Amino acid sequence: MAVTQLIGARVQRREDPRLITGHGQFIEDHTLPGLTHLAVVRSPHPHARILGIDGAAARALPGVLAVLTAADFHKVLSGSMPVTPAFAPEKKYVPERFPIADHEVCFQGEPVAVVVATDRYLAADAADLVQVTYETLPAVVDPERAMSAGSALVHSDGPDNIGWDMTYAGGDIEAAFSRAEVVVKERILQQRLAPTAMETRGVMASYSPYGEQLSLWLSSQNPHFIRLFVSGAMGIPESRVRVVSPDVGGGFGSKISPYPEDYLVPAASKILGRPVRWIETRTESVMTTIHGRGQVFTAEAAALRDGTLLGLRLTQVLDLGAYHGTFGAFQACACLMSGGVYRWEAISARTVGVLTNKVPTDPYRGAGRPEGTHLCERMVDRMADELGMDPADLRRKNFAREFPFVNNFGLTYDSGNYDGTLDRALELSDYQGWRQRQAGAREAGRLVGIGLSTWVEICGFGPSAATAGATGGIALVESAQIRFLPSGSVAAYVGTHAHGQGHDTTFSQLVAETLGVPLEAVDLRHGDTAEGPAFGYGTYGSRSLSVGGMALYTASQEILAKARRLAAHLLEASPEDLEFTAGAFTVRGNPQARKTIQEVALASYGGGLPEGMEQGLEAVSHFDPPNFVWPFGAHVCVVEVDSETGAVEILSYTGVDDCGNVINPMIVEGQVQGGIAQSIAQALFEEVVYDEESGQLLTGTMLDYLVPTMNELPTPKLDRTVTPSPTNALGVKGIGEAGTIAASAAVINAVCDALRPLGIHHVDMPASPDRLWRLMQEAGR
Amino acid sequence: MGQTLRVTVNGEGRSDEVEPRLLLVHYLRETCGLTGTHVGCDTSQCGACTVLLDGAAVKSCNMLALQADGAEITTIEGLAPEGGLHPLQTAFWENHGLQCGYCTPGFIMAAAALLAENHDPSDEEIGRGLEGNLCRCTGYVNIRKAVKAAAQAMREGAAAPIGG
Repeated sequence: MAVTQLIGARVQRREDPRLITGHGQFIEDHTLPGLTHLAVVRSPHPHARILGIDGAAARALPGVLAVLTAADFHKVLSGSMPVTPAFAPEKKYVPERFPIADHEVCFQGEPVAVVVATDRYLAADAADLVQVTYETLPAVVDPERAMSAGSALVHSDGPDNIGWDMTYAGGDIEAAFSRAEVVVKERILQQRLAPTAMETRGVMASYSPYGEQLSLWLSSQNPHFIRLFVSGAMGIPESRVRVVSPDVGGGFGSKISPYPEDYLVPAASKILGRPVRWIETRTESVMTTIHGRGQVFTAEAAALRDGTLLGLRLTQVLDLGAYHGTFGAFQACACLMSGGVYRWEAISARTVGVLTNKVPTDPYRGAGRPEGTHLCERMVDRMADELGMDPADLRRKNFAREFPFVNNFGLTYDSGNYDGTLDRALELSDYQGWRQRQAGAREAGRLVGIGLSTWVEICGFGPSAATAGATGGIALVESAQIRFLPSGSVAAYVGTHAHGQGHDTTFSQLVAETLGVPLEAVDLRHGDTAEGPAFGYGTYGSRSLSVGGMALYTASQEILAKARRLAAHLLEASPEDLEFTAGAFTVRGNPQARKTIQEVALASYGGGLPEGMEQGLEAVSHFDPPNFVWPFGAHVCVVEVDSETGAVEILSYTGVDDCGNVINPMIVEGQVQGGIAQSIAQALFEEVVYDEESGQLLTGTMLDYLVPTMNELPTPKLDRTVTPSPTNALGVKGIGEAGTIAASAAVINAVCDALRPLGIHHVDMPASPDRLWRLMQEAGR
Repeated sequence: MGQTLRVTVNGEGRSDEVEPRLLLVHYLRETCGLTGTHVGCDTSQCGACTVLLDGAAVKSCNMLALQADGAEITTIEGLAPEGGLHPLQTAFWENHGLQCGYCTPGFIMAAAALLAENHDPSDEEIGRGLEGNLCRCTGYVNIRKAVKAAAQAMREGAAAPIGG
């Protein structure tokens, strides 16, 4: 795809005028006449039996309309919250999950009652007055201990705490290890993270018994799936439920899956006959919105002395929380991608999903790929350390170089140039210069370290063949609809959902360029199930451009094909003799014979059309990608660790990434900058902490959960190479998760490199001053 | 039991009966209908609720509405004349200083207070000025860039002859 006026241009975002002036429309900005406010009474215990709920004092407050419990909701909701089957585990135990607990609570924050009142302050007051009597039960907090035979149970009626157990085996792992000259082993933790979108979740619902209509507004990455799930649970035909996901203040994966409140708020509206709104507080968010990561990896890697990688054997213990996250099984991606950008003879990767009395884990920006990359890149660095090789050299020796490259699990990497991004990253970061400066710093007793991360990801979910089974029947293709209106303006609908990614701009650039109309003529719409194609598949997994953008592109092509036939008819020429450039059809060799696409659009609504042609100029298209797409890159981080305090300072950060062709480089850079920031946040600062014995959440506000400010983050040096994907006509891949997948390994590899002179070979995340200071104290003994 | 609150919001004098416990942010959003001021954390870390109170940046989720009695309040909606953009708004747009846009009004208001006092802030001074604001999308790179660009535009604007 050539760089044209619009494709590849740094077009300023069309979203911004409303957002910079305070005219965005986020969930809490929506209201309805007669709106009531819902507050949730939540369990303070991670595990307890509910003995009784007394709502009398709450009901007595003037303005309180109802106190509702599971018994009330069972009358209007049915079934268990959905869990995607995903892949084929050897064992699977899926506890039932009703949106509100009826006899047992299994994580702190689980809903036990709701209060609806005429005012939000009143609802909060009333929620405090609801008296719930509990009998506390032992809390299962540590996933490794939860696996043991004698462990207490997360669900008192469960067989054990094992949610699923699955091994991917690619190649003969025993043979690979039998040839090993060097083996390194490591235990690598992935702490639980709170996604922390700046806008918390929120739901507003209005149910009308007349014709049984439900309108639902919520802060979601995935409105069509929510419609499917909620309509099913409420027994309302899907066609009578409208879900609107307006401006959404960040998602990062936390707004993909359905939540209890997505059911409870519309159910309350049905019960009360009033519109109802619930807005999550930040503490509710840290406590009850899904967490990301949450794994313990044990891994060993085998190699020859010359640096040839042979085998990788790992076990991932995944902390599921109290219930399966709806899309939680996608965390298996950590195993599928654990081989990274390298050729291995064999990989064996087992995941054991373990239930604990904590909020469920589910995909969070990167979802398995940051974990897989972190693991692989740590192990490669450990191996380089063991072999006494420069980590860049060991990487180069083992890079996959022939594409398409089939990895150990049969996944086909579409295209790549791993030497290209690494070479450029080493040059841009002044790697050799830093190695020299590091030697000098070490002589002076300073702890300076350099870390690499050469990463690849699987994204663009996904081909129907691979995803329909994983979701339980619905293939993750994407839909788009494009319509020319008689005046020549263009309405384009897409089934993805933007919440910061700038799709209104990027997709409009794509449509305007393809159809040859001015950018201003294109109106890009998403996030309302009442318009556009029947079903949309949402935004996650860096899929929007390579799947949704392709659906728009395909719809554009269908429109152009019809327009060409009509233009030929109008110009009394044969369709093959027409050229389409700059938004107009001309007869080859006769540029005076010309019809603009707007003229053709107007004519399409008139009479005298070619034989058999229907009126109108619009198309609905679904794009089913033939493969995933595989962005990649190389990041270099330089840090200095303060030997007195353990504080880490990032001296330099460089990222060179390749996401194929680019529509708007400004937006791509922004995605990479933000992704790197989120991954550095994991590497150095963020961690959801529960008390190990009581299971109480200890990081329930932003006072304790350390989202970094401007002052903790570097300004990365960025560059790109361009290796188009051969799997789609646009040659595009994805970029939304790249930085998050790449950066934690670069940072931690740098920290470990800095601490190597002290005999420290591995550091877990977050590499906080406290953790590093302790490690240094122990090493000094 | 309401009490009378008299404030000037975006240049308009108001008098409203409010509950003593009503937070300033809810007064602005629900009583005044100015929903550009957002709530992100409830505990004053995130700064999404930042407004100007007599020219100073304050976190409106950590103040009672009645504590603002007699004050002049500027929200994101009132930063520039209707239909126009403040140089900070222009700079955030031009420098891709926002993604989801939820934190943006708070950043712009905090930056407005900073630039009112410091016409040419260094990176470090911008960092200190905006340490009470969190963004989850941008990694702050373009926010810093936008604040510098706005400062420059405001310096150049101030140097230009009036009416010229």
